[in-house]
Amino acid sequence: MNQQQAGLAGPAVPGEPKQRPIEEAAPFRGRFKAMALVAFILFLLAFPHLFTMPFQQHIAILIFVNALMAVAWNITGGYTGQVSLGNTIFFGVGAYTSTVLFKDYLVSPWAGMLVGIALSILLAVAVGYPCFRLQGHYFAIATIAVGEILYTVVVNTQVLGAAVGIQLPILPESWINMEFHGTDKTSYYYIILAFLATAMITVYWIERSKLGFYFRAIKEDPDGARALGINITRYKLFAFMLSATFTAMAGTFYAQYVLFIDPNSTIYIMVSITMCLMAVLGGIGTLWGPVIGAAVLISISESTRVMLGGTGMAVDLLIYGFLVMAVAVYQPNGLIGMLKGIGRRG
Amino acid sequence: MALLEIKNLTKRFGGLVANDDITLSIDKGEIVGLIGPNGAGKTTLFNCIAGFYNPEGGSIRFNGKDITNYRSDQACAAGLARTFQIVRVFKGMTVLDNVKVGSYLRSGSKSEVHKRALEVLRFTGLYPKHDMLASALTIADKKRLELARALATQPKLLMLDEVMAGLNSTECQEAVEIVRTISGQGVTILMVEHVMEIIMPISKRLVVLDYGKKIDEDVPERVSTNPEVIRAYLGDKYVARSR
Amino acid sequence: MTFDLLAQTLVSGVLIGFVFALVAVGLTLIFGMMEIVNFAHGEFLMMAMYASFWMWSLFALDPLVSLPITTLALMLMGAVTYKLIIKRILNAPMLAQIFATFGLMVFLRSLAQFLWTPNFRVIQHSLVSDVRLEVGSVFVGLPQLVAAMGAVLTFAFIYWLVEKTETGRAMMATAEDRDAAALMGIDSERMFTMAWAIGSGCVGVAGALLSTYYYIQPEVGAVFGITTFVVVALGGFGSIPGAFVAGILVGLVQVFAGLIIGPSLKFAVVLAIYLLVVLMRPQGLLGKF
Repeated sequence: MNQQQAGLAGPAVPGEPKQRPIEEAAPFRGRFKAMALVAFILFLLAFPHLFTMPFQQHIAILIFVNALMAVAWNITGGYTGQVSLGNTIFFGVGAYTSTVLFKDYLVSPWAGMLVGIALSILLAVAVGYPCFRLQGHYFAIATIAVGEILYTVVVNTQVLGAAVGIQLPILPESWINMEFHGTDKTSYYYIILAFLATAMITVYWIERSKLGFYFRAIKEDPDGARALGINITRYKLFAFMLSATFTAMAGTFYAQYVLFIDPNSTIYIMVSITMCLMAVLGGIGTLWGPVIGAAVLISISESTRVMLGGTGMAVDLLIYGFLVMAVAVYQPNGLIGMLKGIGRRG
Repeated sequence: MALLEIKNLTKRFGGLVANDDITLSIDKGEIVGLIGPNGAGKTTLFNCIAGFYNPEGGSIRFNGKDITNYRSDQACAAGLARTFQIVRVFKGMTVLDNVKVGSYLRSGSKSEVHKRALEVLRFTGLYPKHDMLASALTIADKKRLELARALATQPKLLMLDEVMAGLNSTECQEAVEIVRTISGQGVTILMVEHVMEIIMPISKRLVVLDYGKKIDEDVPERVSTNPEVIRAYLGDKYVARSR
Repeated sequence: MTFDLLAQTLVSGVLIGFVFALVAVGLTLIFGMMEIVNFAHGEFLMMAMYASFWMWSLFALDPLVSLPITTLALMLMGAVTYKLIIKRILNAPMLAQIFATFGLMVFLRSLAQFLWTPNFRVIQHSLVSDVRLEVGSVFVGLPQLVAAMGAVLTFAFIYWLVEKTETGRAMMATAEDRDAAALMGIDSERMFTMAWAIGSGCVGVAGALLSTYYYIQPEVGAVFGITTFVVVALGGFGSIPGAFVAGILVGLVQVFAGLIIGPSLKFAVVLAIYLLVVLMRPQGLLGKF
């Protein structure tokens, strides 16, 4: 009995209250977590120098872009509980805005990205303001509708490349052009990592602030939240605008990385769908959930592509769809919820 | 000037007139009880005042402002807090976090919000449970939490909807004490209650509703002997007996 | 616009509208019962079309002949979906409900692509294909006509089932107030299973009928699915007569938009209808709200 109580703090002094060993173990656990995080960050920073093959760096970049989109979706879908299935519109607006400005007016993609973000925010307000009063299912369908409408519009607009898409200009590699050539993707890696870090730090800060409390209240009980003075629409719009911002950033990055965009890769319903699948699977409403979900999806995608060749595309979504169903039915808190549950029991 | 002035308030749901031409006013510092048989329109009146419904006719003035068509969040920001008949708390959040949501209305500073939330928790006796998930609380504690949350918004008028329902007599007495203390701190209180033994002693005035209309408004002693009120609750048979 | 063109467009619109109505009534039945939107509804239709295709391709069964089999298969699929998935999320938070059928949608769509590749399939030389009727100056393909008639008949059957039979009324009672119906001895579990079976059965019929003239591919459910949402929203979630009226209206809008604005933008017009209806008149034309 004494051995079990002792734990990490050494044998308990007879007569002392039982709680002491546990209290002393807790700060150790906290310190361990902090050290693990620092180690992880250092690993991420060193990654492109440790893994220099283009394929490895490409996978990491893919994970980060998807994680960024999933983290962005999570702000609205996970924290305020407003499920949007149309966030691809922000990805597309980001991608197309910076691309058109870059290609036709030689505006640096960084500036183009800011313009794209501004447009996405406006779009978020335009869509969100009338639609947020819609109840869950109806709002989700409305966002699908908006996405499809935008797709149709772009496909029919010659200036935006219509269905063919736009090839980005191949300019000398530079940071101002956000364009890098050759097999070394290190610069791209650091850019997307910085974007993702910005998004996650923002979410971390929000979680602990008034916004975070209000978001959670809205998700838990909108009427109860209103009775405490919370203007539901205003805060949902904040969340939506934030989601739009980070998704647009991902769009610009994608355009500059792949150097080709078209409606099917940027304003496509499957883009919306994968964004939220990743967040749901990983853990909706948590900071790391979307990142874990992205890592899992990309791993599944790439392994099935390697194993099954061309039709790999469907298998990964097959597995994913199944996992999401399982999550929805058994563990709505996603993988993170599962891990927490195991942690508590163990 | 009265804190809350309601004039000719009418609320319809299709053909049903839930509140019919109600006029009433509440002064600062009062405790006013709102009673009446089931279906009289008490909760509807609450909902109209608190901004959950918009009335079809009449006006509501609070603290000098016309709040007739205010939304519920606007009403709360103006100083009107309310609790619900069926208790509502944020189940997935801790007790402390629940109250903090309320505190954030009046302050943006994290430390101040934290401090005020703890104060309210101590005041309502919930401090020992501040780390518990709201879903794990008993009904009585959930009601206390809802009350604490509402208090955290620093209301001028607190509207309590059947806050005693489902409580045993000890819990009731505790609740009455809390209500008295809140009133003592200058908060005006309007409460709907069915438990007569509770509401008679603490109310300065009673307002009686029946079938959507106001049928009496007076001090508790006189209301309890008013034949109209007795008829509303018990029917004609008992009116003669009361004389 | 000439009268002929007008008449031709009108007829096409109404014919496809009947099919929309049939697909929609399945969705609205389920929603009316348990307030769950089946995001995989379009994918059920896709499965039905594939079922017809494979029975034709492997066993030389005409889709109209194998229609009963397809319908039964879909009814089974609906009942199984209810038992395995929906039953467990009846009281779950809305997010979980959305993602359950949403995950199913992704799963089914990917399954079809995995099993049968993204290639377009088409049923040729069936009983009704390659025949066109001429009524006045209006040309009507026989498959489209048969599909429309089949849809109307099935719809009428559903209407009769719901309004005139005891089972149907039990279902409506459960939809109205689950607990009160339970107190009267109506087993809500059975009612829910039946709703899913019947709703999916409708889709089975529609799929078999459509397979006689539609291209069959894994994504075919997507467009139909979204159009069905529009129809149900316009008609009123939970309203069976609404689904009928709205189906025809959406069919008409689709063909006329295709004619006036252009085939590539017609879907956008249909979607715009959804947004307008849901924002301005949430209860739809004949809805319950």
